[in-house]
Amino acid sequence: MSTLLKVENIETYIGQYHILQGVSFEVKKGEVTVLLGRNGAGKTTSLRTVMGLTPPSSGKIIYKGEEIQGLPTFKTASKGIGYVPEDQGIFGDLTVEENMKVAMKKQDGETKDRMNWVIDLFPDLKKFWKKAGGNLSGGQKQMLSIARAYLNNNDLILIDEPSKGLAPIVVEKVMQSIVEMKERTTILLVEQNFIMASKIGDRFYIIDDGTSVHDGKMEMLVKDDEMKKKYLGIA
Amino acid sequence: MDLIINLALNGLATGMLIFLLAAGLTLIFGLMDVLNFAHGGLFAWGAYSGVWVYALTESFVLGIMGALLTGLILGMITEKFIIQPVYGNHVQQILITLGFMLVLSELLKVVWGPNQLSTSAPDYLAGSWVIGEVIIIKYRVFIIAVGFLVFGIVQLVLNKTRVGLVVRAGVMNKEMVEAFGINIKKVFMYVFMVGSALAALGGILLAPYSGVIYAEMGMEFAILAFIVVVIGGMGSFPGSLFAAILVGLTGSFMTYYVPELSLAVNMILMALVLVFRPQGLFTVKG
Repeated sequence: MSTLLKVENIETYIGQYHILQGVSFEVKKGEVTVLLGRNGAGKTTSLRTVMGLTPPSSGKIIYKGEEIQGLPTFKTASKGIGYVPEDQGIFGDLTVEENMKVAMKKQDGETKDRMNWVIDLFPDLKKFWKKAGGNLSGGQKQMLSIARAYLNNNDLILIDEPSKGLAPIVVEKVMQSIVEMKERTTILLVEQNFIMASKIGDRFYIIDDGTSVHDGKMEMLVKDDEMKKKYLGIA
Repeated sequence: MDLIINLALNGLATGMLIFLLAAGLTLIFGLMDVLNFAHGGLFAWGAYSGVWVYALTESFVLGIMGALLTGLILGMITEKFIIQPVYGNHVQQILITLGFMLVLSELLKVVWGPNQLSTSAPDYLAGSWVIGEVIIIKYRVFIIAVGFLVFGIVQLVLNKTRVGLVVRAGVMNKEMVEAFGINIKKVFMYVFMVGSALAALGGILLAPYSGVIYAEMGMEFAILAFIVVVIGGMGSFPGSLFAAILVGLTGSFMTYYVPELSLAVNMILMALVLVFRPQGLFTVKG
């Protein structure tokens, strides 16, 4: 399978803090790649660095064969990378419809097809179409956030902890949607919920103290209790 | 009764002038959260450049266009060189824009001299209509009409177009708008330019209304505009319109009936709003 995104030894500072101290990973087309690790390990910063929100001080980010490190966020996004941030980034004052419209770069037939598909995937969005984004439940906000990232013709979607703060039944729903989305696009996922990560992930990278320490196929990690205990605190 | 109608019309026209200045500030301060004390300077530059073009060409319409162009250009310069480095830092914004306000004001004197300039409305807007005992000054009606027109256009753009949607979204979450492939910096620069052009429009419209313009007029009106944005509610256009008319009308009636209080009345209004409804009369949901 071809490599869509390759991150090589990136280092990122936030203010005076040296958050990423050499993170490398690869995302293969059509797969779900999961970044795992404890709180504060640097997973969210890794996604933000790929997006250009916290640019790296060194290292390379190669997307579809082109170096994109240091590009402003809007240019990175225009290359076909969607982003679902940890806090979902919903525009609270805008309606669900308006939230979707801000995300739509084009109004062509293809975009409308994707819009219809995503509404079928999350029927709640249609139900609350005219409701302000800020008034949605946590789960609905997450669905809206994922839906927005899918609207443009993005070949890669970065999703940051979609299960965070959601009830188990909602987590199940969100997980199901990512499984369905996987058929249509490539996903780079940050997830603390190992059960969810192991069910939908094809490949994993463990990030610890700002560096990538292990990687492999997800089924390998599922069987490796020692590694899970050491880096993820689960047995 | 005719006195009340005259006072009301006078107040409404003054309110509309304040609205034009406050409209730009609602965009810049209310929506983009930039404390731009140089806004009054753009107002004064609009007045001077507009009056200059008006005198040169004898066309008031060209004068208005000249003012708008000055506002757009000065707005671009202000945003790019003065505001961009201090986004998100209110203290620095106050310091640098107050300084820039002084620069703008002094530069007016360099270009047009220290004396005040006088001007008058063009013939087709001069004079008045007399209906019974009521005298309606044409130019005031014109200002009121322009005020409502500007309000309508801005409301339409903000609420019915994609640009307006992006601006509203960008105010709530810049990063997320960027993550959708939109260059929000550029969008904000355009918003700042439009806000500055509105201030300049207020300036040129004020010139024939008051008859004279002077370099310090910007500061005086800018304070009124800040009061209006606070009373109306940050970022609310209908709020600014309502508050500007309220300030205009109260000023007009108080000056006639309780002149001793006329200077304090705006501050009292703002204090009352801040005590009882600190978020302003019209609130935009955060």
